[in-house]
Amino acid sequence: MLAFILRRLGQSIVVMLVVAVVSFLMFRYVGDPIISMVGQEASIADQEALRDRLGLNDPFYVQFFRFITNALQGQFGISYRLQQPVTELILSRLPATIELALVSATMALAVGLVLGVFTALRPRSWSTGAIMSASLVGVSLPTFLIGIGLIYIFAVELKWLPSFGRGEVVNLGWWRTGFLTESGLRSIILPAITLSLFQMTLIMRLVRAEMLEVLRQDYIKFARARGLSKRAINFGHALKNTLVPVITITGLQLGSVIAFAIVTETVFQWPGVGSLFVNSVAVVDVPVMAAYLMFVAFIFVAINLIVDVLYYIVDPRLRVAGGR
Amino acid sequence: MKKTLTGIAVALLASSVLVSAASAETVRWARASDALTLDPHSQNQGVTHNFNHHIYETLMDRDAEGTLTPRLATDWYVKEGDETVWIFELREGVKFHNGADFTAEDVVFSLDRAKSEGSNMRQLHADVVEIRAVDDHTVEVQMAGPSPLYPNNVTNTFMMDKDWSEENDVVEVQDFGAGEDNYAVRNTNGTGPYVLVERDPDVRSVLRVFEDHWADAPAVTEIVYTPIADAATRVAALLSGEVDIVQDVPVQDIERLASTDGVKVETGPENRIIYFGYRFGDLRDGTSISGTDGANPFDDVRVLEAMSLAIDRDAIRQVVMRGQSIPTCVANPPFVAGWAPEFDACPPTDVERARELMAEAGYADGFSVTLDTPNDRYVNDEAISQAVVGMLGQIGIEVSLGSRPVAQHSPLILNNETDFYLLGWGVPTFDSAYIFNDLIHSKTAEFDNYGTYNIGLYENPELDEKIRSLGTMTDLEARDALVHEIWTTVQEDRVLLPVHNQVLAYAMRSDITLPVHPENQPMLTTVTFE
Amino acid sequence: MTDIATPEGRQGRIARFFDSDIVFSYRRSPIAILASIVALGLILAAVLAPWIAPYDPFNPRTLNLMDGFTKPMSSSFAGNYFLLGSDHQGRDVLSTILYGSRVSLLVGLSATLFAMTLGVGLGLVAGYRGGLLDTVIMRIADIQLSFPAILIALLIFGVARGLIPASQQENVVLWVLVLAIGLSNWAQFARTVRGATMVERQKDYVSAARIMGVPPFFILIKHILPNVIGPVLVIATIGLALAIIEEATLSYLGVGVPPTQPSLGTLIRIGQQFLFSGEWWILAFPAFTLILLALSVNLLGDWLRDALNPRLR
Repeated sequence: MLAFILRRLGQSIVVMLVVAVVSFLMFRYVGDPIISMVGQEASIADQEALRDRLGLNDPFYVQFFRFITNALQGQFGISYRLQQPVTELILSRLPATIELALVSATMALAVGLVLGVFTALRPRSWSTGAIMSASLVGVSLPTFLIGIGLIYIFAVELKWLPSFGRGEVVNLGWWRTGFLTESGLRSIILPAITLSLFQMTLIMRLVRAEMLEVLRQDYIKFARARGLSKRAINFGHALKNTLVPVITITGLQLGSVIAFAIVTETVFQWPGVGSLFVNSVAVVDVPVMAAYLMFVAFIFVAINLIVDVLYYIVDPRLRVAGGR
Repeated sequence: MKKTLTGIAVALLASSVLVSAASAETVRWARASDALTLDPHSQNQGVTHNFNHHIYETLMDRDAEGTLTPRLATDWYVKEGDETVWIFELREGVKFHNGADFTAEDVVFSLDRAKSEGSNMRQLHADVVEIRAVDDHTVEVQMAGPSPLYPNNVTNTFMMDKDWSEENDVVEVQDFGAGEDNYAVRNTNGTGPYVLVERDPDVRSVLRVFEDHWADAPAVTEIVYTPIADAATRVAALLSGEVDIVQDVPVQDIERLASTDGVKVETGPENRIIYFGYRFGDLRDGTSISGTDGANPFDDVRVLEAMSLAIDRDAIRQVVMRGQSIPTCVANPPFVAGWAPEFDACPPTDVERARELMAEAGYADGFSVTLDTPNDRYVNDEAISQAVVGMLGQIGIEVSLGSRPVAQHSPLILNNETDFYLLGWGVPTFDSAYIFNDLIHSKTAEFDNYGTYNIGLYENPELDEKIRSLGTMTDLEARDALVHEIWTTVQEDRVLLPVHNQVLAYAMRSDITLPVHPENQPMLTTVTFE
Repeated sequence: MTDIATPEGRQGRIARFFDSDIVFSYRRSPIAILASIVALGLILAAVLAPWIAPYDPFNPRTLNLMDGFTKPMSSSFAGNYFLLGSDHQGRDVLSTILYGSRVSLLVGLSATLFAMTLGVGLGLVAGYRGGLLDTVIMRIADIQLSFPAILIALLIFGVARGLIPASQQENVVLWVLVLAIGLSNWAQFARTVRGATMVERQKDYVSAARIMGVPPFFILIKHILPNVIGPVLVIATIGLALAIIEEATLSYLGVGVPPTQPSLGTLIRIGQQFLFSGEWWILAFPAFTLILLALSVNLLGDWLRDALNPRLR
């Protein structure tokens, strides 16, 4: 068990390193940070001088080594755009993104599970068909359009909910939460719905597919034959066995939720790390972009690690293969 | 409405105590992006300056017509007997937000800081040799040579408090290599009409009126500034009543906003020209031009004339810009000294004549080229380019569109890796020399301060000399004549292909008025209430 | 997969495929019939666009800017009639939709096919072989998954832009998109297939086949692939819609296909600007087409999954 975890940990570190290289490589192609840092009349010589001061003229490996050594100490430098320490910026934006991701993941999981089980238990009913079809409409539209549509209906026309931002926030230590004020809670509704639609559909379909699969298994038939109650079979056995892949995918999707938040946050002007990233891409704010990519990779690797370990615990059959 | 009533009630109560105080008014102000930093010399960028103008002040200001007006300096003139020295007389009784007095020492410190190596304002002060305090309220600026136009360069250079800067270790401008942020990035101590109360970059900043400010108290007593990047969301926020003023309004939404109850739109011309440029000389490696047997069609002025004739600027104004542009045939906004109606006027669009010119030039069958355009920088930039693709198609020029965000467009442009491109140019000094220096003067190693944005590599050594001489001419009449002469050559050679002057639109609650500022830097002190 | 099967075997399989259950199931499912008609209709319309579209929206010579913003079912000042109205460049919305569907389908199908082939292949190999190969493949998948799909696409798009000379970019932009979207979606396939393969591999019939000396490739195709096809189809159907939407989102972020040769996504991105200004048709018709397309493809996929899965029959 310990060996398994250690091995996966080692692999995770390799993953992080590769991500660092890749994200670093990427910056050479996304544009030139100098352009957005100097005024329109700065001479070529001035631009070169700044490039020098930023170390952008050093060979690639020198820049990379500097980046890694600093990153290991939690230092990602100063944002070119906002001129503040990047680590601080990301930490200050993190609560907004995490709260949004949690609310939308919870929504997606709750609705997805209920609808998934419901449609699996009534495979031939018309309501199943309706739910399955309706769920697809939500994933057939680009996120930005859904967001703008929701804003148009609920903020502009009905004036029920705010169109942008997080509302009033309360500081709990360094964590800035929007859960404790009415305007904060109202503000999270539209972005969370926008963000959750896609995952909701995915989870629902997954639950349904897995559930149908399990219900065909022999042990369910035996259970039925033994006269166990429908409820006990459906929820005690079928749902329980459905949960493993559902947990896996939901876990893996958490990273995607944070990533998907990029577009949602932009549309709703949600002050999270995603909108920070988008704003940084526009002006090639390399330190922020690098830190963001490392951060997303870290979350993902961590989730992967946890899911793998959970898998290992839940499904003993994998121990032979995985523990080797 | 309710807010206004409360405001009036508060004001009535307060008037017994503070006679001069206007009603307490909060204005929620939204635009596309946030100020990058509060350090006044760290970025030379419009949005940043706009925000900082509320906290810090400059020696001089510019009114809506572009004329210099006194601010912290009450008077400025060339020293008698020495054409190379400018004298600035400072306003007396000005206080910083922390209570310190504003003196000549602070000006010397601030100008030195603005021309220091880490400053992004240094280019504007490149000709300054030394700054001296003559007495507490007089400053002398020693220039390298006669610099009749130097006062035009100080309208975005803010004055900081010397003692405060030393105490907080911000004598140097932000050093990116140091790994630490500068105190001045998030903290301020200006002389401006508003004091910074709260700052959360990209999210929300709050400013409150500075009670000890030297000028009359503004009507707006509190500003809540919220950047909203997405255009639709920004408009929605105004429609739903969550903000009071929206600065960057998409042109297509103006009509809807103007017809909405409780919302109005102010429009006015911006000091910015939108133009196309093309590359002269031999075809570059990797050129996108084909169908010309290796010749460069842009070297033939008949082709350039044909292109100008084929572009229907009025149609672009009507359809793409919804009436929100001022078509022009000169790359010079009307605000700028040197603008002349004969350059500005366009001959009517004439596709027939354009086709003839193409045939005369030997391109009856046209040619192919790629047009590089930004898609997130100017008002409807991509749509303008797209329309021009269609119009040039009418005369046989087959244009493919290379559309990119400005961060990718700019390197392409600055490395001269384009044959045909769209760009916009603002003229903060309100003088033609600013255009000539960067867009027209050759790009050479010898004069590396010139020609940075001469993307087409236009070369005319004779013209270069004239352009450089503008910088030191003190006889303003002769200078005006020379400017006119240079423009004549530029127009004859068709160095640039202008489309229009951009128009700005601000949308706001209908009971407040914020006039449009030609440099898109409106001051909320100018807001009036009904 | 057909290389392996003997002619008889292939014929037998095809016969089984089309003669019995699947056709029967198709006939029994009105949703599947409807969805396939809609999907086929849209695909046909897209393929035939050059012949059935009333205008050629890609030919700048026929465009007139003054036709811009014509309402649906009316004529412009210039005298052109537009059934679904015209957009901000004076292009016929119906024609841009027909041509746009072509671009979207081309990008979506190619990208999904690419992602599926790559993901399923790698997943099968990783799950079956295990060991170092498995570790390497799955770590690469982790890296890929650790970046959000849209970021991967942005990255590949950016790198491709850096590598290809600017003047060539407009010609290859579609294939760069296919590559970018395809490479950003393969890992989902790989992970799912690999997990299923690992479980399947432990089963007796696979061990039996192995002991009998059946070649691994044959085992993978014949025994394991059919058992993982269900989840693969779920991912592929969502993936196709996703690819089309991802392309639209890339456009929204300013790096998609050029607006002179728009896809459905680009049309939506452009139309979205006119949501508040009253020119609803520029957004509504492309959006409706996209929903119709994605929905019918997804519904078909749903049905196909149920029909193909032997245990659900």
